Amino acid sequence: MMSILFASLIGFLTAAGVFLSLRAQTFPVVLGLTLLSYAVNLFLFGMGRLKTDAAAVLGNSASYTDPLPQALVLTAIVIAFAMTAFVIVLALKTRAELGNDHVDGEDDASANEQGGPSA
Amino acid sequence: MSLLNPIVLIVLLPFLSAPFVAWFGGKSRRAAAWAAAAVTLLCLALLGGVIAQLIARGRLADAHVIGFHWMPSIGLDFAFRMDGLSLLFTGLILIIGLLVIVYARYYLASQDSAARFFASLMLFMGAMLGIVLSENMIQMVVFWELTSLSSFLLISFWQHRKEARYGARMALAVTGFGGLALLGGVLLLGHVAGSYNISVILEAGDEIRQSPLYLPILLLILLGAFTKSAQFPFHFWLPNAMAAPTPVSAYLHSATMVKAGLFLLARLFPVLSGTNEWLLLVGGAGLITFLLGAYTALFKHDLKGLLAYSTLSHLGLITLLFGFGTPMAAVAAIFHLINHATFKASLFMVAGIVDHETGTRDMRRLGGLARKMPHTAALAIVAASAMAGVPLLNGFLSKEMFFSEAVDVAHEFGSNWALPLLVTLGGVMSVAYSIRFIHDTFFGTPSPDLPTEIHEPHRGMRIPIDVLVFVCLAVGLFPALLVGGLLTLAAGAVLNGPPPHFSLALWHGFNAPLMMSSIALAGGLLVYLSRHPLTRWHENSVGRLSARAVYDRLMALMQIAAEAVTHRFDQGRMQPMVLWTTGVALIAGLIGFLSYQAPLFGNDSLAAPFDALTATGMIIMMGTAVWVVNQHRQRLFALLLMSVLGLGVSLLFIRFSAPDLALTQLSVEVITVILMLLALRYLPQQTLSERDPKDRPRIRRDAVIAVLSGVGIALFTYAVMSRDYDTIAGYFLANSLTEGGGHNVVNVILVDFRGYDTFGEISVLALAALGVYALLQGMRLPPAVSSPIASGRIAHAQLLQTVTRLLLPMTLMFGIYILLRGHNAPGGGFIAGLIIASALMTQYLAQGIDSSERALKVPTHGAIALGLFLALATGLGSIVLGYPFLTSAFTHLHLPVVGDVEVASAMLFDLGVFFVVMGASVLMLTQMAKLTRVETTVHTSGQVAK
Repeated sequence: MMSILFASLIGFLTAAGVFLSLRAQTFPVVLGLTLLSYAVNLFLFGMGRLKTDAAAVLGNSASYTDPLPQALVLTAIVIAFAMTAFVIVLALKTRAELGNDHVDGEDDASANEQGGPSA
Repeated sequence: MSLLNPIVLIVLLPFLSAPFVAWFGGKSRRAAAWAAAAVTLLCLALLGGVIAQLIARGRLADAHVIGFHWMPSIGLDFAFRMDGLSLLFTGLILIIGLLVIVYARYYLASQDSAARFFASLMLFMGAMLGIVLSENMIQMVVFWELTSLSSFLLISFWQHRKEARYGARMALAVTGFGGLALLGGVLLLGHVAGSYNISVILEAGDEIRQSPLYLPILLLILLGAFTKSAQFPFHFWLPNAMAAPTPVSAYLHSATMVKAGLFLLARLFPVLSGTNEWLLLVGGAGLITFLLGAYTALFKHDLKGLLAYSTLSHLGLITLLFGFGTPMAAVAAIFHLINHATFKASLFMVAGIVDHETGTRDMRRLGGLARKMPHTAALAIVAASAMAGVPLLNGFLSKEMFFSEAVDVAHEFGSNWALPLLVTLGGVMSVAYSIRFIHDTFFGTPSPDLPTEIHEPHRGMRIPIDVLVFVCLAVGLFPALLVGGLLTLAAGAVLNGPPPHFSLALWHGFNAPLMMSSIALAGGLLVYLSRHPLTRWHENSVGRLSARAVYDRLMALMQIAAEAVTHRFDQGRMQPMVLWTTGVALIAGLIGFLSYQAPLFGNDSLAAPFDALTATGMIIMMGTAVWVVNQHRQRLFALLLMSVLGLGVSLLFIRFSAPDLALTQLSVEVITVILMLLALRYLPQQTLSERDPKDRPRIRRDAVIAVLSGVGIALFTYAVMSRDYDTIAGYFLANSLTEGGGHNVVNVILVDFRGYDTFGEISVLALAALGVYALLQGMRLPPAVSSPIASGRIAHAQLLQTVTRLLLPMTLMFGIYILLRGHNAPGGGFIAGLIIASALMTQYLAQGIDSSERALKVPTHGAIALGLFLALATGLGSIVLGYPFLTSAFTHLHLPVVGDVEVASAMLFDLGVFFVVMGASVLMLTQMAKLTRVETTVHTSGQVAK
């Protein structure tokens, strides 16, 4: 039951992430990528199976969970953070250079936005 | 093996010296030339030392191999080989290299960059030495490609000339293509032979020739050899490469680099030769190139053009000899290779002198130079005679051997007279163009517009030619004495066995070769005398065919095709790209599901026990994900919903035994949300509505793709999680304490077992932070949405300010505590770095960026550099101590009061991780926050102006 719920959660996060990353403006795409990274991290983590009270710290419990996916996910979280930061700054750069928020810098999409292009 | 072995040094020294040569070149032209010459002399001295040592041990004839395993898993060794063939080529490369350097010192004009020239020349020399001294074939291919690259730099030396750029590009395209094919051939060869080392391959000749892969191997390797040595149909790049400065043409395009293909044929001669395919392919290409080159050379008006086609012809001659496949032919090939290097390099240098002194290389305008520069003319006459095969010169001897071999193997080519006739015809044309080179340049009447003040060149440009021409003469007169031993040695290495008995005497009696030589000399004179009608005929017929036009056409077609394909997939717009990526992944997944036969799900025996709280949490998270999509146009609200999801993920990590992940996720979440909030101020607060009817099909399509992706991933995840599995976790759990010295297995994996990965990851993080920094420099953004956050002057934040000030020392302390305990309890460098970054950030937000930085300025760039340095130093430390990179050591210390403490070198590595993560996070956050500050000051000044 827990596995089914866990798998469905990953499915929901993926679907939401994919949908948002297909949007035309930068901010939803950033949100979408973040959602996808949640999904991917949980997926990797799930590959080590869900175990309760079994942290992989030696001497703390009788059986241990699989530490390897955890190590992978830990660095993945940090890398995803770096990527998110970079993408959001790229979004700012787009805004600064092109004066709009469209992923391809198309002007017509931003015509009725609040806050016009920079002077 | 040590890197200080003289054979290894011969290859490495030119590479290592290149930057120094360039540095000297920045000071003066002479200094660069002397530095380059000194390095070459040093290499020659090393070579002499190696030879003396081998002679002393009486092992000169044996192959001498040194090397060490580099990547044993793929058979890649770093290994060098010194045998007769390598010895011959090494000597050739170094001696001619030295002469060319001396020549170039006086050839280059004062506005040419000597630094760039000599540094590139050194790179080339090192690469070429690498080819001929490599024992490992893959290593050889690497050097092979390096010669293509350095040749590109040298051909395009005069970058302002269009022809130079074109010629360089063409040479790179053709030889680069060949290099790729060669790599394929070498991989197959190594696969069949069971090793990439030449010693092993040479012993596996029968096995390779009988392998079904023989033909592909042969074709691929010949592609490499033929492109490099400019054999038909890849010959056209060589004449175009003549746009290079003349010393380069003399060195690369006649004496050494174009011989690399021949070297390869010689190297693999015992393995690949002796089959009909070899005879047909190598012999055929050689014969065509030999005739085509000699024929075209006849009609070139440019001195260097003539020499280029003549070089093609001689390369074809040598290839043809290898194609014959007999031991004697191999000896003749090696002999002619040495002779060609001497006379052709000197002729190129003569052409350079003529160009240098008269300003033209057009033979229709030149003439009568023998009176103006008798010394140069004498040298040119001797060298050209050697090229034509006049007796008493070295070219005569090897050409005689060539003719004799052609007669011997004639029956292989169908009839007894076809081959001798064709090669004699080639000989006739060689004589004709040699006469033309001399007569049109040094005799006859010059064009009236030629400068009259023509004199001998600087002595320095003549001495190299003196030396080479002297060798032509000396070898021609005393062949057995001077090159007999070297030839025996080289032939032994080429044949990988005892060389055949050969006689280098000047006189072999009246025989077929002598007759052919005589016909060639007489016929050549006749052809030269009737050159005018011949030229007219040529220019109206064959001369209109051009391989260059075919090449241009092919390149243009390739470009059109590439653009068409690229344009289909990449229109420079992101949405279609994301759609393509997701769509392809979706289809691939669908195929996977549909073609899977066994039951998809297991019995879920490893599932965690059900508990209502966690289940409710997960259901709430699913709802939130949907809510985010629903509300994503309200950006601030969507961001808050996202942070709920992030928190949920951390809670799941805690629930399912991953405390390290939970801590990391939580602190990353804090920083990400702050970052996004800061950025959001400069972005529209709402995403455009997509309620327009014309948007509906697109939304529907995206929704279908998204739902399908979600369902697919969910099914896949459950399919994996419901099955039993094998894990390598046991290894880490068992060895964490004994090998890594830590109780927290996750942390030990990060900083010890998989330390190399982590090192890569912190480098990525550092790069991302620096990228953010660079992007934000000088960014001009539209005015921010008014918001009290981070503007630094929040009136009612007194409470926040006071609390954060109190909290700061505690959070810093907590961060250090987390760092120190990381090896044995949840924590570590990643988490500590993030915690301290968020502590500092809270401070910045509450106090304002300026006042905080006055009080506590974090040298973020320094922290990143220090962290990377610490991580690297820890890794290198273990190399110094003789262990692989990043091997950790640990020990137990007994400290008073504190008690038993475990100290591992991996902790130092973790400290590096900490500094990088902390520096990178703070750098990104403060840079983002400073955007606010710039904008605030603008506002203030605006108010003043009012």
